[in-house]
Amino acid sequence: MSGGEGAVMAPTTQIDLSIDDDAEFKAELKSDGAARALVIACGALAREIVDFRAMNDFIHLDITCLPAKLHNRPQLIPQAVGDKIRANKGKYHSIYVAYGDCGTGGTLDKVLEEEGVDRIGGPHCYAFYTGQSAFEAITDDDPTSFFLTDYMVRHFDRLIIEGLGLDRFPELRDDYFGNYTNVIYIAQTRDADLEAKAEAAAERLGLGYIYRHVGFGELEAFLETAAASSDKG
Amino acid sequence: MSDDEIDLKALSDDDLVGQMHDDLYDGLKDEIAEAVMILLDRGWEPYKVLTVALVEGMRIVGIDFRDGILFVPEVLQSANAMKGGMTILRPLLAETGAPRVGKMVIGTVKGDIHDIGKNLVTMMMEGAGFEVIDIGINNPVENYLAAIEEHQPDILGMSALLTTTMPYMKVVVEAMKEKGIRDDYVVMVGGAPLNEEFAMAVGADAYCADAAVTVDMAQEIMKRRHNQRGADPRPA
Ligand code: B12
Repeated sequence: MSGGEGAVMAPTTQIDLSIDDDAEFKAELKSDGAARALVIACGALAREIVDFRAMNDFIHLDITCLPAKLHNRPQLIPQAVGDKIRANKGKYHSIYVAYGDCGTGGTLDKVLEEEGVDRIGGPHCYAFYTGQSAFEAITDDDPTSFFLTDYMVRHFDRLIIEGLGLDRFPELRDDYFGNYTNVIYIAQTRDADLEAKAEAAAERLGLGYIYRHVGFGELEAFLETAAASSDKG
Repeated sequence: MSDDEIDLKALSDDDLVGQMHDDLYDGLKDEIAEAVMILLDRGWEPYKVLTVALVEGMRIVGIDFRDGILFVPEVLQSANAMKGGMTILRPLLAETGAPRVGKMVIGTVKGDIHDIGKNLVTMMMEGAGFEVIDIGINNPVENYLAAIEEHQPDILGMSALLTTTMPYMKVVVEAMKEKGIRDDYVVMVGGAPLNEEFAMAVGADAYCADAAVTVDMAQEIMKRRHNQRGADPRPA
């Protein structure tokens, strides 16, 4: 990773990513006209991308996110991403999309092809955090794992317990997780609190617990490319 | 019984069926089981209870799910309520010689363990008079071939919810071709990320967006099959 302490950051607008704050779902980080590249990301990646940008002083990279809850309605993602691209096209030299296929069955890629915009490779965030081939190796061997990222651990109650209605109908546990054996926490950061939370989450779901630190995985190179293109201008 | 609870026994047949549609919508398992027993006591044929009360109720649930009014947890609650009613009816249906429309083998493909949609399809197909053999999740091609051979269904159904697993459907279709049995069966596919174009590309006969469409299409297909067989001078 590049950059160091005390680097001068360009003025930014709207950066409030406190945990359990809705801001995480609709983060926006703009360097007020200085940046030449924009990353359009899923809200579930917002905090990680913002942190990564800060760690590396990618000050010329703007970030805008779509609501993470689109996850559960993937059919809405292609249109939403397309709209964001069109709204920003004139303002940037290049635009990058930090979304997996995310269950759009190739329709997101069709939109991106029409717009001439690249996205990070892979079917979903679990795969690009872990690395495509490493992810395949885990799931080919045994597809009965349920993956948690830092984001999902932070918002486990909201996303999984409330999102799947397990708070209202705990009896649905087997309908959802009856086929699963383990939770695999693919961690982006090393954080003892999150680890404890992930382990408690596995217990809550009645599943075994496996920890793997994978970091930002392929997202790292993707953001570096985006930042480099901005600097080249 | 509490004061605000409805006495199901006091309702006319029509009102009771209406109430069952509401109770299915609200996922009230015990109430559905009770109402099924009441209708049977009143001399309703099990098949009529199934279609008029349960299947019609789930059809309404399906419409509101499609339109984004109901969500997965609510649909699961409704499905579980219907399952309770089906458990009572299933043995009776067999005894009373309810119509058998056709046979289907269904399973989720290898690498994929999503099964909520598949289970709904199974239930609604059963409700429509199909015999359904559900081979579960994470099925390699061998499982499909073995189930086809054993059960000789009219329809093979495959489900996938992951973009990484949906191409596996083609593996199964190709294996059927290789064995020279592809055209003996109707291949239907489904799952949220699929579409018509994809279904055709993997060599399936039909793509269905939800359980209700699946039932309609399967019934249509069975009619066509019967007509074809009727017109065919060779023995079926
Ligand atoms: C509920 C759900 C889960 C539940 C599954 C519980 C279960 N027992 O099935 C849980 C939370 C456990 C889960 C796990 C995972 N999931 Co999931 N899941 C979903 C979700 C939100 C809804 C799916 C669903 O059940 N819908 C309700 C049913 C009724 O609809 P349906 O399945 O489409 O079925 C209908 C039709 O399609 C059709 N149909 C279905 N099958 C068939 C078959 C035939 C023959 C026919 C004719 C018709 C038909 O009729 C059905 C009834 O109307 C989707 C998002 C979405 N909205 O699609 C993500 C989604 C499919 N999951 C996804 C992912 C990534 C995963 C995980 C890898 C996540 C993780 N953290 O580990 C694991 C996968 C593990 C594995 N190997 O399979 C992604 C897939 C992304 C991609 N690129 O493919 C999605 C799209 C979410 C997302 N945007 O990230 N998931």
